[in-house]
Amino acid sequence: MTATLVLYDDEFRRITQVCDRLVREANARIVYVIDKNGQLLASGGDADRVDSTSLASLVAGEMAATGGLARLIGENDFSVLFHEGVKENLHISLVGGRVILVVLFDKRSSLGLVRLRVKKCAEELVQIIDVLLQRSQMPGATAQFAEITDDDIDNLFPE
Amino acid sequence: MVTINYAQREIHCKIVYYGPGLCGKTTNLKFIYDKTSPKVKGRMISLATEAERTLFFDFLPLSLGEIKGFRTRFHLYTVPGQVFYAASRKLILKNVDGVVFVADSQVQRMEANQESLDDLKRNLREENLDIDSIPMVIQYNKRDLPNAAPTAEMSSLLNPWRRPEFLATATTGYGVFDTLKEISKLVLQNIRKGAR
Repeated sequence: MTATLVLYDDEFRRITQVCDRLVREANARIVYVIDKNGQLLASGGDADRVDSTSLASLVAGEMAATGGLARLIGENDFSVLFHEGVKENLHISLVGGRVILVVLFDKRSSLGLVRLRVKKCAEELVQIIDVLLQRSQMPGATAQFAEITDDDIDNLFPE
Repeated sequence: MVTINYAQREIHCKIVYYGPGLCGKTTNLKFIYDKTSPKVKGRMISLATEAERTLFFDFLPLSLGEIKGFRTRFHLYTVPGQVFYAASRKLILKNVDGVVFVADSQVQRMEANQESLDDLKRNLREENLDIDSIPMVIQYNKRDLPNAAPTAEMSSLLNPWRRPEFLATATTGYGVFDTLKEISKLVLQNIRKGAR
């Protein structure tokens, strides 16, 4: 089977707390934590304002393409991307080589402040993600899915 | 990589539509997008050239319903089929949970089909995934064209694994949902198989 990432309530709550704190401390509008595969793990701030599913997929694609570029010139990765808009900006960073931290901010904040706060939060996120990855590998992490029946699957596709 | 989110009671899976240039990968996704209810689908993203050739990928999120109290969410991606986008295809294939190989049925595209399948095998291997075991469905598209090759011939050339295979005409939708249902089932069965 392909690998599985399991996100439990505990880690979800801790990641959400980091997002909420980063929104406050960086004076940001929205913070997202996305896995490199393009799945949104958690968010903070006014997250419903943006189509987060699309955003997560595009950011992951962009990060993957940037990684490809980095390797072309002999770097492992470019860990930070910055997009400057007229009203709003995106600060995108790779954390612990595993998840992507996205900060959307406007003129109430600044690139310097965001960079500073992201650095601090990234250390904490790495610790949480390490725990999350360990727990994903533990026996029982996906046990309840052993009971999926063919009928359960068929019921997803009513004729 | 399947993501199981206990906090939000969701399972996320990634399905990639692979195949040679102009075989109909994007047309498959467009038909699914057009025919599914807004409650089930998210926004479809196409990163395409001005001539509507896929430049990086197409993306369509679908939410299919609940299993064991978990909402099943499928993220459908296409790769750019043109040969020179090899690097992009490799990126999109990362952490894939299921593959739909879309073959172009036209006789003169058999070599392109074969090349694309070889490219898929190579890229999966680099991701430490095995084409022998990953959930995969083969679709023989463009069956409406007069120069479509016999199915048996395509099958012996492109499907030595005897994976589920479907005839399709993606422009009219024929075979599109059968293909999607089958790959979704295979991915979910794979989650069951790997449960620990």
